[in-house]
Amino acid sequence: MSEPRSNRAGLFEEVAVIQGKPSDQVSIHRDPDDLWDDARVIVNIGPTHPAMHGALRMVAKLNGETIEKSYCEFGYTHRAKEKLGENRTYHNFIVYTDRLNYCSALINNVTYAMAVEKLMGIEVPTRCTWIRMVCCELARVIDHLICVGINAVDLGAFSFFLYGFHQREEAYTLIEKLCGARLTTSYTRIGGLMHDAPEGWEKEVKDWVKRTRKVIDEMDSLLTGNRIWHQRTKGVGVFNREQCLQYSWSGPNARAAGIDRDLRRDQPVMFYKDVEFDVPVAQNGDVFDRYSVRLEEIRQSLNIIAQCCDKVKPGPVWAEDKRIRIPDKEVVHNTMEGLIHHFKFFMTGFDVPAGEAYTTFEAANGELGFYIVSKGGPRAHRMRIRGPSVWHFQGLTPMCQGSKVADMVAALGSINIIAGELDR
Amino acid sequence: MNGGWFLEKWGSAWNEQVEKFKARFGADCEEVRMPGAYPTDVPILYVKKARIVEALQFLKSEPGFEYDFLADLTATDEEVEPRFEIVYNLRSITRHWRIRVKCRCAESESVPTAIPVWPAANWAEREVWDMYGVKFEGHPDLRRILMDERWEGHPLRKDYPLKGYQLFPTPMSAHPELLQD
Repeated sequence: MSEPRSNRAGLFEEVAVIQGKPSDQVSIHRDPDDLWDDARVIVNIGPTHPAMHGALRMVAKLNGETIEKSYCEFGYTHRAKEKLGENRTYHNFIVYTDRLNYCSALINNVTYAMAVEKLMGIEVPTRCTWIRMVCCELARVIDHLICVGINAVDLGAFSFFLYGFHQREEAYTLIEKLCGARLTTSYTRIGGLMHDAPEGWEKEVKDWVKRTRKVIDEMDSLLTGNRIWHQRTKGVGVFNREQCLQYSWSGPNARAAGIDRDLRRDQPVMFYKDVEFDVPVAQNGDVFDRYSVRLEEIRQSLNIIAQCCDKVKPGPVWAEDKRIRIPDKEVVHNTMEGLIHHFKFFMTGFDVPAGEAYTTFEAANGELGFYIVSKGGPRAHRMRIRGPSVWHFQGLTPMCQGSKVADMVAALGSINIIAGELDR
Repeated sequence: MNGGWFLEKWGSAWNEQVEKFKARFGADCEEVRMPGAYPTDVPILYVKKARIVEALQFLKSEPGFEYDFLADLTATDEEVEPRFEIVYNLRSITRHWRIRVKCRCAESESVPTAIPVWPAANWAEREVWDMYGVKFEGHPDLRRILMDERWEGHPLRKDYPLKGYQLFPTPMSAHPELLQD
């Protein structure tokens, strides 16, 4: 136990200056049980605390409300995805990628499909690529809406969240029309898609883009100029450019600190070369900048979606490669060869030639990477998933050193830690 | 696998870099696997583990290389001696190119930590320890990271069983000693 407060050296002198009296005449009224001064308290924030996004745990030594030292723990939702990746066929692993960053499952699906296609040297048809791009950007909008919305909820701005949530629900309805699922989509296949987009889907997406643009402007005017929001976010949770590089931060969190890098623009995959978009960059690296970068990225994603919807033309969605093409149900149910093909595909899987590749894509949170080592055969030798959240979460401890607990909540919300991709 | 876009754009830069790297590290650069000759997307440099930190520092700070971003740090279990390969996927923020550095390590050996070069390597190395049981010399806090700290065995080893239980009746306690000044 620490010393009682009244014994603290210099306290009476400090109060004497405030009260304008000699120090032996000042009186300090206090609760006799208050022993907090100079006491250090160790608190456990999480793993099941509502302000910790998912099952994360921070153990912090507090001085009053200031975090003096802390460490983070995670792994409470570890599902051994990398081990499963080595013991499931490449096709079987698609469903596990949904559960990485479950706010933007489509981006994980697409990146995983691209990773295996890169190893096999498969080119997917044009229509498939455009639809995948629409999917990626839809997922990015959803992810960013969640991130800025939840961040605002954590700081008390609940209605802001509901504006975004409505658009998110509509986006999920669009995704549901694609693949029948809302959250865990499993929409891509190696070398193609589960289904073609339904008739008129592009038009619905474009209508949604129009509506969402208005809502984003509304959200912007609702919160961005708000004084309370400024006070809670500006200069809070600062992670500067140097620190971002040291801690391997990527994506919007790094862009908020002035690192002008976006893999969609700098290492373009799919058709990102053929669409126009800006990469928003901010300089301060605080919570407010991360919020502004994400909000602007939503607008840019909406622009990309509109352009993709104009460019998508009817055509096949499957690469014509016998190794990976799942036979049509018509053929499976009516011919012997089709049935055998179907059975072989799902029971044995297809062989991926030996080789290794680290495939990356700009996911909503940053650089999502699949490092796949194949030694031939239908299962990977190594299936490494580089989730951006792991590296962002590692930066939370240095970021929160010396800040208040309430600011830690703001900072944690702003870097968008998703437990699914953190624990894998 | 074809090298594709990467190879076209960075092929000549990679050739120069590999020559420079070989000249600098000599026999300590055990092997180089180039895309085109080997089915990989970026060049793989195998470095002896005694000089791995020096090699990473060289790649990070040398003009013409500038691999200033640790994209990923992981390991593979090769099931032959030496058993493990530590894999460093590097990326250059300034020049956009990528490269892969590997370092072989036997089961009984340990690898020098890369934390002096990249603080970000801290958790990644803990994960490699957790999943593969490879120790990192000089790591300040080499605890398990994903599994429970009382867990036995290293799950991503190829000989680790796929099914089984390890039950702990009590939750894991915190580590106040980590919070000492």
